[in-house]
Amino acid sequence: MEFLQPATWHEALEARAEHPEARPIFGGTDVMVELNFDRDRPGALLDLTRVPELSEWGEEDGMVRIGAGVSYARIIEEVGGRLPALAMASRTVGSPQIRNRGTVGGNLGTSSPAGDSLPPLYAAGAEVEVCSVRGVRRVSVEEFVRGPKRNALAGDELISAVVVPVARGPEQFSKIGTRNAMVIAVCSLAVSLDVERRKVRACIGSAGPTPIRAREAEGFIEGVLDEEGLWESRGEIGEETLGRFAELVREAARPIDDVRSTAEYRRHAVGVLARRELVWVWQEYRGGEAR
Amino acid sequence: MRLRLEVNGEVREVEGVWEGESLLYVLRERLGLYGSKNACEQGECGSCSVYLDGVLVCSCLVAAGQAEGREVVTVEGLAEGEGLHPVQEAFVEAGAVQCGFCTPGFVVATHDLLSRNPEPTDAEIREALAGNLCRCTGYEKILDAVHRAAERVRV
Ligand SMILES: Cc1cc2nc3c(=O)[nH]c(=O)nc-3n(C[C@H](O)[C@H](O)[C@H](O)COP(=O)(O)OP(=O)(O)OC[C@H]3O[C@@H](n4cnc5c(N)ncnc54)[C@H](O)[C@@H]3O)c2cc1C
Ligand code: FES
Ligand code: FES
Repeated sequence: MEFLQPATWHEALEARAEHPEARPIFGGTDVMVELNFDRDRPGALLDLTRVPELSEWGEEDGMVRIGAGVSYARIIEEVGGRLPALAMASRTVGSPQIRNRGTVGGNLGTSSPAGDSLPPLYAAGAEVEVCSVRGVRRVSVEEFVRGPKRNALAGDELISAVVVPVARGPEQFSKIGTRNAMVIAVCSLAVSLDVERRKVRACIGSAGPTPIRAREAEGFIEGVLDEEGLWESRGEIGEETLGRFAELVREAARPIDDVRSTAEYRRHAVGVLARRELVWVWQEYRGGEAR
Repeated sequence: MRLRLEVNGEVREVEGVWEGESLLYVLRERLGLYGSKNACEQGECGSCSVYLDGVLVCSCLVAAGQAEGREVVTVEGLAEGEGLHPVQEAFVEAGAVQCGFCTPGFVVATHDLLSRNPEPTDAEIREALAGNLCRCTGYEKILDAVHRAAERVRV
């Protein structure tokens, strides 16, 4: 095995092009588990932790660009005000030790349907910035994640950043697990309000081969909010509407039975999360705390 | 490959490190620092917790080469001189050490918690130590130990 340790982004891209067998590593919280258990023996490790740009983030024109190497701990502390749902999701990842090392870039690299950063990124309409010596391209996160542990990265490409619109309203993320901390999601849900554009976004995690946007539920609730003039009146959302929204989110899930949960429980839980989170974001909007 | 890093304030060099090896392996098997324990090698138990450039990490999930030129502090490096660190003393006094396997990891994680939050509540302690498993104590005595340590030290 080789250990490649580029000091600049350019060197990293060259190393990637020259060593298609290399496995990129940043926080190592997925990669090292595979190595320690002999499940992966890549020809080389491509350590990206020395590339300074990857650990930077910045805001421009209403978009936050987060380098692939920004840890969950830093997202919570530094970016949380701009991207509340991503910060809430980051807070549920592993333990302090894992959040200090693990990155959104690595979560995208792994592309697990249970990746906690993914539902907020889907709900926000985030784009993944992907680079190679051939150039830079941006792919919507939905196109990027292809299936369990499969994504749109070509052999010579690396993730440089994820670009996320700053929240335009209240956001929520909730996760169901078998205990309070240190668990992979049984299922999860991100819900956000785009107050400016009068849009509602909902994305289910860990209940399908990829995260799933609940598009019918989104369309339904947007319709009711418009028809009943609720954006203007900031009135309460009716019980029946909440129930129907939850049902539509539940129907969008495509869960399976596995060691963590039955499909039936996942479907039920996703509906419960949908109702609760819609109430929470709407209460925040009504309270006038909308961004 | 060859590795050079600073461990507990001392520059150490190691030869013949395998590229896929973890920092935990280097600490234990190559440098003879057995404080960091190897229990799960998958980030679940926290018994291998160390500081890497001042950040609390599971050393089993750090590739050795990633620590090149960096500073590592293990449980062996917390106390000054021969005595115990106040966090270690608090663990002993509270009976938070039984078989002791998890203790070094808890001590380093507690040290990290108290350096950020000198007066943590029970809930904050539980959250901060969620990545550390103990099979003996039932955690109540560990909570006790952290409160005792908090009273005694401002790390
Ligand atoms: C104990 C434990 C608990 C965990 N809990 C959670 C949890 O609650 N929720 C959750 O979502 N995840 C969890 N994880 C999984 C893991 O922490 C996350 O997936 C994390 O985001 C991975 O980031 P990393 O930087 O450590 O990635 P790495 O392990 O370094 O890499 C992960 C993958 O991404 C690739 N990669 C990394 N960076 C790049 C890049 N710039 N370009 C291209 N490819 C790249 C790697 O080659 C690899 O395939 C947990 C892991 C452990 C060990
Ligand atoms: S040995 Fe590293 S966390 Fe268990
Ligand atoms: S004291 Fe035995 S595992 Fe914690």
